[in-house]
Amino acid sequence: MPDALRFLTRTSGRARLDWTDWLSYAYLFVGLFLMFGPVLWIVMSSFKTQSGLTDFPPSFLPYGQKSVQVAGNEARLPLYRVKMPDGSTRELAELRRIGLTATMIDPAKPGEEIPVNIKDREKTSELRVATENYTELFGKLSFGRYLWNSVFITVVATLITLLFNSMAAFALSKYRFRGQKTVFLLIIATLMIPPTIILVPNFLVISNLGLLNSLWGVIWPAVATPTGVFLLRQYMLTIPDELLDAARMDHASEWQIYWRIVLPLTAPALAVLAIFSVMWRWNDFLWPLIVLSRSELFTLQLALNAFQGELQTEWNYLLAMTVITIIPVTLVFAFLQKHITTGIASSGVK
Amino acid sequence: MSTLQLKHIDKRFGDTVVLRDIDLEAAEGEFVALVGPSGCGKSTLLRIISGLEPTTAGEIILDGKRVNDVSAAERGLAMVFQSYALYPHMTVYQNMAFGLENTGTPKAEIERKIGDAARMLQLDVLLQRRPTQLSGGQRQRVAIGRAIVRNPKLFLFDEPLSNLDAELRVQMRAEIIALHQRLKTGMIYVTHDQVEAMTMADKIVVLRAGQVEQTGTPLELYNSPQNRFVAGFIGSPRMNFIEAVVTARDGRGLTLALAGFEPQATINVAVDPAAAAHGTAVMLGVRPEHLEVAEGAGAPDTVTVQIAQVEQLGGHGFIHCTLPTSKRSLVVQFQGQIASRAGATVTLRIPPAACHVFSTAAGEPALPPLHGAG
Amino acid sequence: MSQSAKADGDQGKAGASALGRALAWLPALLEPVMRFAQRVLGARRMPWLFLAPNLLIFGTFTFLPIIINFYYAFTGGVKLFPSERPFTGMENLATLFDCRDYFDPSTCRKDIFWQAVYNTAKFAVLQVGLMVVFSVITALVLNRKIIGRGFWRGVYFYPVLLSPVVVALIWKWILQSQGVLNGLLVGVGVAPTEWLTSASWMFFWVILVSIWAHMGFYTLIVLAGLQAIPKDLYDAAQMDSASPWRVLRRITLPLLMPNLLVVIVLALIRAVQIFDEVFVLTGGGPGTATTFLVQFIYQTGFAEAIHLYGLAAAASLVLAGALLVLTLLQLKIAGGGEIKDGKAKGGAGHA
Repeated sequence: MPDALRFLTRTSGRARLDWTDWLSYAYLFVGLFLMFGPVLWIVMSSFKTQSGLTDFPPSFLPYGQKSVQVAGNEARLPLYRVKMPDGSTRELAELRRIGLTATMIDPAKPGEEIPVNIKDREKTSELRVATENYTELFGKLSFGRYLWNSVFITVVATLITLLFNSMAAFALSKYRFRGQKTVFLLIIATLMIPPTIILVPNFLVISNLGLLNSLWGVIWPAVATPTGVFLLRQYMLTIPDELLDAARMDHASEWQIYWRIVLPLTAPALAVLAIFSVMWRWNDFLWPLIVLSRSELFTLQLALNAFQGELQTEWNYLLAMTVITIIPVTLVFAFLQKHITTGIASSGVK
Repeated sequence: MSTLQLKHIDKRFGDTVVLRDIDLEAAEGEFVALVGPSGCGKSTLLRIISGLEPTTAGEIILDGKRVNDVSAAERGLAMVFQSYALYPHMTVYQNMAFGLENTGTPKAEIERKIGDAARMLQLDVLLQRRPTQLSGGQRQRVAIGRAIVRNPKLFLFDEPLSNLDAELRVQMRAEIIALHQRLKTGMIYVTHDQVEAMTMADKIVVLRAGQVEQTGTPLELYNSPQNRFVAGFIGSPRMNFIEAVVTARDGRGLTLALAGFEPQATINVAVDPAAAAHGTAVMLGVRPEHLEVAEGAGAPDTVTVQIAQVEQLGGHGFIHCTLPTSKRSLVVQFQGQIASRAGATVTLRIPPAACHVFSTAAGEPALPPLHGAG
Repeated sequence: MSQSAKADGDQGKAGASALGRALAWLPALLEPVMRFAQRVLGARRMPWLFLAPNLLIFGTFTFLPIIINFYYAFTGGVKLFPSERPFTGMENLATLFDCRDYFDPSTCRKDIFWQAVYNTAKFAVLQVGLMVVFSVITALVLNRKIIGRGFWRGVYFYPVLLSPVVVALIWKWILQSQGVLNGLLVGVGVAPTEWLTSASWMFFWVILVSIWAHMGFYTLIVLAGLQAIPKDLYDAAQMDSASPWRVLRRITLPLLMPNLLVVIVLALIRAVQIFDEVFVLTGGGPGTATTFLVQFIYQTGFAEAIHLYGLAAAASLVLAGALLVLTLLQLKIAGGGEIKDGKAKGGAGHA
């Protein structure tokens, strides 16, 4: 048996695929389906009409029920395919429905009302992309407000994070001073203290600082990330100290050395941290949930949560909003995947 | 055009003493080489001069003024680093302009200065390149150019040629010498390569374990090393050392019995007889190029040894010999070519005037030569 | 020159340096201030100035809260301001630990707390166990000679980037009674299930969803570990005629072990803190079937009508204790507690 196995695997790496290769690809394609399938399903669903969403079993493509304008009726009437007692099939519009019996009319002959048992009819569907799920979002749900809040927090927090963290990393990697080791250990220690266990006291601090129900209450606690300091410090350690000496001989101030020599050379690590920071802040949930209780301050994540918790969830809007929330993340993923994955692999932090 | 004086410089990192009581003087326009084995403190000394490293004690005097508390930027010196330390994200032009911009030099003047330096160093066509696009020699030139445009009082070089291959090193050596002759600015040059120091410097300072062993012109160090360390460090190949005992003293100097030879060898050396008592153990030093292959055995001042290996280089060559009853070996440099092979015995003459005798006391100082001899 | 800085620098250079130039106004703006600061402080004290903003924020939002958390845990009442809170000693902790039988949450005074503790423990063990197995398998497959490895790696990584809320909504939409999962079941002739209202099914789905969302991250770390195994070991094994199975058992897995231990502890640290996606997906229900520790803290301290900050802080201490144990374990594994030069892998929090 081992011989057979060896014989079979011997070709791996050559042009011909052996069964282990087939198995690998099968695994990967199943993975592709499981990982992207749910997201794709959300995207497809977000283009369905409210009634299309209630169809069961659901269809993959966004079908909506056909409707027709019938003389004498203001609203458009839904169309059904009806099996008539004589065995023929006709396309009729529903006027009203009481119990199991629907009153229907033929759009071509609006005068005649036909009673139909609802078992004998079937919705007439057509492919219809409900873009109004998206277009109506802005007017209807102060969606623009949530979007702005999310963008503001993400952009501002990321900028400050990059500045503060690179400053600290510069001090920790490029100077030797008393207390340096202690400071570094303290910062590493905060890496071990998850924000979840200091929720209550942090709430007190924020409310004492008057930052409750303020976007800055979300931003300030988030900008000093131990992860960022650690990541940047490791990178800055690879910059030769002689460059700094050369700059000192060149009359540069310490701040100039920081931003004209060290920062540009740290650009790849800064890019990784920028990506991380954008993801963190865009996706933040628990802390904003505690700090921001007024709905006009909600971020997209909070709005989504509040919206889905309502008694009558309007799933068509909720799904559209979800998709919009996913878009920036997906764009970042598509264009910067390599940076993210190498950043994670090299630093072991998320 | 500046003078530099170091007075009693001490440097400690925690409990580790790196430099102890260093005195040094560099006259106007002088090329001073700091040379010594790695770890001797020569680079630290250079960084102290530059202002990048503070001293623990002692004074640094530049043009008669104490500059201990003046920062690196304000001292008006320029430094060429071992790794060149070119800013990788800037072009050659930006690299050279950075320091001038920091001092608020007008743009036109920056351009003129860089233009001059670039012409001098043949960097004209490279100004828009980045350091990564340059060869080792070109990077070296940019580093020098960056120092030149600052118009410094002194140039500091920290092992600038150690990252280059042998051929380029010789070429850059010549360029730096030419540059020194043209600019006439003083240079302090750190190297571990005594050949560089010998060929380039006006004055050499030999350092070991944080202390100055000897200061002098290249030939002073070669001709009269003050101790065994300097004797062994200066000169290539290294000086030969043979253990010996003083057996007689007279007006012509000392008579030494050399250890390790068969038959027993004695030679006379021109050393002040007052410097060593009868029976004192000493170390005889003689350079390979001063040993001579003699015709017959038994002549005065000759020894007989066995050849272990012969290296023929054509124009000259080396014989490696083993001493019959000692682990020491001798290297002999000969001119032209010889027919001797490994395994044969050879008689060597040790010219008394070329001998150096070192005490075996701490520091192994050299014994003073006989007055008028040497 | 610096080799690693250069090697990394070249690939993302164009984009990164463009970004850098665009952001340079910020430090440039600060230059006059900093020049003045250096004149006043001297170059030697500048590192402290560079550290100051970070330390200020860490101090205010991490270290200070840790101290306050202890204070809260040992005081009672419903007031937020410390001076208005009466000292109650161990009362909060005693309330949490008041049980007749620790293995039966219903006999405890704070039955929800103990339910949450057991749920969290059960969740952590099952989720981490399954996730590590899937991560290793996926990493092994990704480490083979496959076409488009970067793409496939991305496929598994993509959900990691999604926010917990989005993850929860995606799965809620799939699992709802008229959702696509039931649709597919009906399609193959199986009766549909009410996933969202069945306690046992929901626990299962919470585990599955969290694996779906986080597996890609651990796969990456395992993959990095696999790629660190020298290729010539495999060549040597081939020369020794080792079967693929033996290569996996005797070479790959043993050499992957240190990396794997880090992954396991890291995953445990995160699993114990599970909150966001479950909170949105299930709200802790049905009943208390998916109520975990952090949700208990959140509800006790913030969500319920009476804010029992003291009890929430006490529960935080319990959670912190668990995390401390796991972190110490991690440090021990990561190399005898040495965190000097970049060996401190990972960490507990998200940021």
